[in-house]
Amino acid sequence: MTDMFRMDKPQPRLFDETVQGVIGKPLDRPEGLLKVTGRAPYAAEVPEANMVHGVLVRSTITRGRLTGIDKSALEGLSGILGVIRSPEFVRNSAQGMANEAPIQPEDHVAYFGQPMALVVAETFEAARDGAHRLRLSYETEHAEIDPTTTSEIDTKPDSFGDLDSAMAQADVTIDQKYSTPGQVSAAMEPHASIAWWEGDNVTLRGSYQMLRFNRNELADSLGIDPENVRILSPYVGGGFGSKLGIGSEAVAAAIAARELGRPVRVVMSRQHVFDMVLRRSETHQRLRLAAKADGTLLGIGHEDRVSNLPGEEFSEPTAMATHFMYGGENRLYNHEIARIHRTPSGSVRAPGEAVGMLALESAMDELAEVAGIDPVELRLRNLPEKHPEKGVPFSSRRFEDCLREGAKEFGWENRTPTASRREGDWFIGCGMSGAGRANMLVPSEARVTLEGDRAIVETDMTDIGTGSYAILTQIAAELLGLPMDRVETRLGDTRFPGASGSGGSVGAGSSGSSVFLAAKKIRARLAEAMGCAEEDLTLQDGIARSGNIQKPLSELAATAMTEEGGIKPGAMGKEFFQAGFGAHFVEIGVNAITGEARVRRMLGVFSAGRILNEKTATSQCIGGMVWGLGAALTEELQHDPRTGGIVSRDLANYHVASHADVPMIDVRLLPERDDQANPMQAKGIGELGISGAGAAVTNAIYNACGVRIRDFPATPDKIIAGLEALGR
Amino acid sequence: MAERNPPQSVTLNVNGTSETLEVDTRVTLLDALRDHLNLTGTKKGCDHGQCGACTVMVNGRRINSCLTLAVMHEGDEITTIEGIGTPEAPSDMQRAFVTCDGFQCGYCTPGQVMSGTAVLEEFRQGWPSHVSKDLTGNADFNDEELAERMSGNLCRCSAYPGIRQAITSVATKTKEAAE
Repeated sequence: MTDMFRMDKPQPRLFDETVQGVIGKPLDRPEGLLKVTGRAPYAAEVPEANMVHGVLVRSTITRGRLTGIDKSALEGLSGILGVIRSPEFVRNSAQGMANEAPIQPEDHVAYFGQPMALVVAETFEAARDGAHRLRLSYETEHAEIDPTTTSEIDTKPDSFGDLDSAMAQADVTIDQKYSTPGQVSAAMEPHASIAWWEGDNVTLRGSYQMLRFNRNELADSLGIDPENVRILSPYVGGGFGSKLGIGSEAVAAAIAARELGRPVRVVMSRQHVFDMVLRRSETHQRLRLAAKADGTLLGIGHEDRVSNLPGEEFSEPTAMATHFMYGGENRLYNHEIARIHRTPSGSVRAPGEAVGMLALESAMDELAEVAGIDPVELRLRNLPEKHPEKGVPFSSRRFEDCLREGAKEFGWENRTPTASRREGDWFIGCGMSGAGRANMLVPSEARVTLEGDRAIVETDMTDIGTGSYAILTQIAAELLGLPMDRVETRLGDTRFPGASGSGGSVGAGSSGSSVFLAAKKIRARLAEAMGCAEEDLTLQDGIARSGNIQKPLSELAATAMTEEGGIKPGAMGKEFFQAGFGAHFVEIGVNAITGEARVRRMLGVFSAGRILNEKTATSQCIGGMVWGLGAALTEELQHDPRTGGIVSRDLANYHVASHADVPMIDVRLLPERDDQANPMQAKGIGELGISGAGAAVTNAIYNACGVRIRDFPATPDKIIAGLEALGR
Repeated sequence: MAERNPPQSVTLNVNGTSETLEVDTRVTLLDALRDHLNLTGTKKGCDHGQCGACTVMVNGRRINSCLTLAVMHEGDEITTIEGIGTPEAPSDMQRAFVTCDGFQCGYCTPGQVMSGTAVLEEFRQGWPSHVSKDLTGNADFNDEELAERMSGNLCRCSAYPGIRQAITSVATKTKEAAE
């Protein structure tokens, strides 16, 4: 058992002392050439001998009970091996970190599109044909599917002070409603699993983000010991939350493989990914801001309604960032969860901030307008000394610098008054928003082996595009004084020590720290072998130095040194509030005739502790900002009003941003050290870029043409209606 | 009962190698490459021609391989990502994608590389696009043109700026070499 270092005290800055010079550098991803040449193997791409193919069949009712399966239409089809159905089938993917089986509904149907059966055949084509032909019969029950009218609502109120009085006493107030539609992760790799059994042991090659949890979830789903489950996910074609928890395709593949005695591959179609994988809830939000004439906030109210299936514990934490971004003594929240029968909701990149900050940062823009204060200045006037509700200090926060430096770099002072700049048919305008995303630490373990002048890092951490291979290699290389190509990082196998996994922006800080701690133990052993104190040891390019003694690692570590490192959260997470911060700036063009909004420039300035790899961190920020752009302008799940089923269930109807939607994007990362976060002083960055980004886009639309979009996304029909209402 | 989908023979010339397959007529070119020839570098993202992850070149022209059946390509020259370069000997485009971080998860990447490679040839041949000012002359190589021409390739990680920087760097290098 690895000893787990508890994060109880601020940590010294060892990375400011080491001399290998790789940490933080914008280095290429070590797995990059495998990816760009098509050699990196994803879940569906390593066929097992004798493997067969399964295609899921979905429910075509919203709620009720399965009463029969008619296989007659499959008779005579060549290659069909069976129609698999089992009480172990799961209703939907597990929620992130559930660590247990999702609901196993047996014959009960809870939403349109629920996985009901698996048709298995010798070929994919035959299985797909069989799945299309299979006829299921049901007894239907009444289902509530509209979150605005449903009768079953869970409520979670919370308040500090008296917001109503603050609103009554305020010089300036905002009281507005905002709404955001359902959204999806839409990772480019559809969910896929290959399962095979050897005796009582099942191996699953899947596409998952959090293997330590996924192993337990799969074991619990199958009713077997986790010791009998191995999951492999060395390459994951995007996650964004959709692969946090074990999915229906994995459980179905494992069951089918057991029944048929052959390896089974199940790959979801793109449409099934929309139907069966957790979506982001739509939100209906009310924002109230009470401020003095100078813009100082007296209070904030953030009430929201989100939805989920009965029985699902997750609910979109819409007001997440509202708790800590801005000051004001009087604060009120009311979180409502409408229980409805739609594809259940779960974590999608930056659950909470991604949609909650669209409303919060829009409302701040509206307040700035009403109060006659510059939007950047308004935010600067409302930076709280401490966490406004917990009363604890921020561990590190360069929000002010992000705002000031961003404004300067963007040329914010050149922004023109609302609807005053026009180039031909285009209104041009600029908008901005703040960004904030809480930083967390999750228990994580890793093993590092130094043998001669080569090191191996092993952990069941995943790289879902986030850069884990790069940063974990850099961390070990920096601490052990090795060039990057002397360190090999092996990920995505539950036989390795259990990591945090990738989700909630915790991966770099948590799994990175476990690698750091393991490598640091090896440093201690090297110091001992050198006969010096650890702080007197310098490691660089495979050479250990202390005073005038110098020895190569090939000699010191001629016999392999293996150490495990582990970290878990401690007092620092309670005594301080930790978060990354940033500011977004957007220039947009709005076409006066078509209502089309095109982002022309986008700048994000962020502070997230020590940056471990400037290149991959920048890509994470760009990715998040583009998601914000998509949320602002195009992304929208549409549900059939009769069944609740998702009708925009492919990439032609659910519009993720494409090349033509995205200009060159500027990202600046401010230097920062967060000693309370972890021994590397690094904070999460994967979700910071999306936080607030979309509001900068719609705030820019307002500045361009005077149309305030409160019902996201800002599609041309809404902009045209707004322009017409203004007589423009 | 007669088999409903008797296999049919088809010979494809894949990355310079002649491959004869006996395939179900319903097998797409994409699945023939991935599942029958184990060339899994070509990706399946949507199977409906909406994402571009399956982009390959057929007789020198880029297409979505999910939208065409293998048996329709008798004798065709197919170039996949495996034919563009290897980890040991990557093409300039592949190397530029690594340098510019024109990817994150890597799943759409082979399709982006294929499109990027094909786009440069389309520019060279003077093909116009929806955003070209002049449909008869040579289109300027600029970011707007490139973004338009690459828009059939979705990237949910949203590495678009890096992707276009990579393609632009290769275009610039090629142009300098020509001058």
